[in-house]
Amino acid sequence: MSMTTFRLTVNGDRKEVSVDGSTPLLWVLREDLELTGTKYGCGIGACGACTVHLGGVGTRSCLVPVSLIGDRPILTIEGMRKDPVGRIVQDAWVDKDVVQCGYCQSGQIMSVVALLKSNRKPTDTNIEESMGGNLCRCGTYVRIREAIKAAAERLG
Amino acid sequence: MKRVSFVVLASLGLAHVAAGADGLAAWNKIYSVLTNPRCINCHTATNYPQQGDDRHRHFANVVRGPQDKGVAALNCASCHQERNAESTGVPGGHNWHLAPLSMRWQDVNDRPLSSAEVCRSVSLHKVGLLTHHEEEPLVLWAWKPGRRTDGAMRTLPPMTHAEFVEATRVWIKAGAPCP
Repeated sequence: MSMTTFRLTVNGDRKEVSVDGSTPLLWVLREDLELTGTKYGCGIGACGACTVHLGGVGTRSCLVPVSLIGDRPILTIEGMRKDPVGRIVQDAWVDKDVVQCGYCQSGQIMSVVALLKSNRKPTDTNIEESMGGNLCRCGTYVRIREAIKAAAERLG
Repeated sequence: MKRVSFVVLASLGLAHVAAGADGLAAWNKIYSVLTNPRCINCHTATNYPQQGDDRHRHFANVVRGPQDKGVAALNCASCHQERNAESTGVPGGHNWHLAPLSMRWQDVNDRPLSSAEVCRSVSLHKVGLLTHHEEEPLVLWAWKPGRRTDGAMRTLPPMTHAEFVEATRVWIKAGAPCP
């Protein structure tokens, strides 16, 4: 293992970490930067729990080695409150009482914000296709859909 | 005089036949690459890409999307970066995306189209094809596909990239004949 220093922009803050370049972003966020809101679920990009925004793109952080990030800004659930769309989505999440165990929810919210930034009036099909890679073992899908529609309505 | 003309015409005819045979042989080489999993997995006729040598449906409910790059929150770039991610086994290349439906090389049941059908489709795009085969990052990726998630190297197309480009050159020069 060879350690390399990487300079990252996380939630608007400049951070510096010394890690092996093959380390997935997820573990840099959780272990080195102590941003534990981003969750480890499957480790193979199949569940969506580790979703963050990388350069504005909803990204599975468990699959992206830190060496491939470059200068793209990283937005995690911890920074979502400062994001205008993120704030509206989080408020809708509370209003609709979406969460049960909560483990997948930061990934769900990150994906929803990516969806609503691209499409302010998502149809049911849009929601199913965009959220199809975010799994919830508690089965909160119905409430997730209600919250997405409520947030979309607020965004106008 | 008539005899000389006949010999010249016959020679030209034989040359034409020979060029056609060379062209068809070159096409067969091209077809063997195009239908290799490294290539055909993203030349589907369906709403999703495939993965693996067994060409199974891409996991995580990935869909094609309006611009062949997935959909918001679940697009190709959600996992595929500019380069292969060797430590996580995710392939990568510049502008990772599905080929457009106009370049599908499979039917809707995920069966490869026949050589003649693919040839007709590719011949519609023969302008710029050589450059595409020589330089397109996702074409080049097929020969440097990196490691799978289990750590094994991905399999390669059945010939070198240089041989593939040469076959393309011969096929186009022969008039892009199809079987």
